[in-house]
Amino acid sequence: MTTLHLDAEALYAELLARVRALARPDAVLVGIWSGGAWLAERLHRDLGLPGRHGVISSALHRDDFGSRGLSATSDPTALPFAIDDRHVLLIDDVLYTGRTTRAVINELFDFGRPASVTLAVLVDRGGRELPIEPAATAARVTLPPNQRLALTRDEGGRFSFDIETV
Amino acid sequence: MLSKRNPQLNAHGELIHLLSIEGLPKAVLTQILDTAGTFLSVNEREVKKVPLLRGKSVFNLFFENSTRTRTTFEIAAKRLSADVLNLDIARSSTAKGESLLDTIANLSAMHADMFVVRHAESGAPYLIAQHVAPHVHVVNAGDGRHAHPTQGLLDMYTIRHYKRDFSNLVVAIVGDIVHSRVARSDIHALTTLGAAEVRAVGPRTLVPGDLAAMGVRVCHDMAEGIRDADVIIMLRLQNERMSGAMLPSAGEFFKNFGLTPEKLALARPDAIVMHPGPINRGVEIDSAVADGRQSVILPQVTFGIAVRMAVMSIIAGNNA
Repeated sequence: MTTLHLDAEALYAELLARVRALARPDAVLVGIWSGGAWLAERLHRDLGLPGRHGVISSALHRDDFGSRGLSATSDPTALPFAIDDRHVLLIDDVLYTGRTTRAVINELFDFGRPASVTLAVLVDRGGRELPIEPAATAARVTLPPNQRLALTRDEGGRFSFDIETV
Repeated sequence: MLSKRNPQLNAHGELIHLLSIEGLPKAVLTQILDTAGTFLSVNEREVKKVPLLRGKSVFNLFFENSTRTRTTFEIAAKRLSADVLNLDIARSSTAKGESLLDTIANLSAMHADMFVVRHAESGAPYLIAQHVAPHVHVVNAGDGRHAHPTQGLLDMYTIRHYKRDFSNLVVAIVGDIVHSRVARSDIHALTTLGAAEVRAVGPRTLVPGDLAAMGVRVCHDMAEGIRDADVIIMLRLQNERMSGAMLPSAGEFFKNFGLTPEKLALARPDAIVMHPGPINRGVEIDSAVADGRQSVILPQVTFGIAVRMAVMSIIAGNNA
């Protein structure tokens, strides 16, 4: 089996360029917990945006609650701004089935009515089960269903990818 | 299938019913408290509702009256999007002679997913948990003198909210300990969470010496009991106890064990004062204390909703 190598730092640079081109000046960044929140934090800094980025959790709107129960929710949604009439740019590390994106869009609307919601992801691994498409993607990869792709962040804030076989 | 070790846990050690704090591992208590923190923030949203129990039916079965507890369970279930049915059992089926298990069987046939049970008999929620279908969950909302686990958990949430850590805390529980299911649940929870010292404070008739077997320090003197305490939990003096010759009078009790500003001054300056409610002003607590800056009695009520949301969503997500 060939080993997929993803240079997360190079992909981040690509994502930063795409988000810079995409983001409206009045957009707010909201990262999906946990990998997306790290990306949003760094994008927010590198883009020199005012205020703070938001963090959003899918835990309270997941569709697999009945089979998997409540996921760890010790890091809940934190939106340090009102979202009514704002252009929200959702950030995630890996886009797969689209179910997490659906859940966080529902979560977002519990806080108000944004003017628009756009999605930017570091890696799109295909396999969508819902009609959700990102506006910006740094890379597209194909992985077998039994492999899990997860962003990690070291103490110095550098990104890398872990590929686990489950 | 119910685990033989603890009927509240499934084979993976996950919580499927909440019957008592006794015997629950620290990790489960911590999971409930952490989850409650998430739900507390739900109450500050534009939409104060999440869909975790959408399509589920929660039956509130109160064989004993309790407006406050029933209401907070109802609000909690509704904020989780469940359908809630309140049954005034005391005045209906039981009065017609139906047995507890027949009542449960009938309500199960109406597709109940969760029972919230308050009963005067200790152990009634256990009996129900042993007889419901595997997908049905049971929460004990107070059984006899035995346990009131959600009150115990909301007390722990309150303490953690104000004090952060249990390891250095001195907690004084004051009043009618022997009849109190709240005291019992608090003592088990504080012991499991590692509080430095738990004191049971009250007259000999209401705080017998053998309570020391639960790992508490028994104090029959109020000053000794609350000196340097970080947390004071006042219990309601139940009027029905007064008739049983356990106490000379309410006035006498207030003089010795009522929490006044003067007695509170013996505790640490940053001590918090808690009470499960309803409070009897001038019987176990002075109004100046109940309404004072150290009182966290009303925040307890708010936290109680979040804690009950956490319990219901955790057990509903775990399978037997």
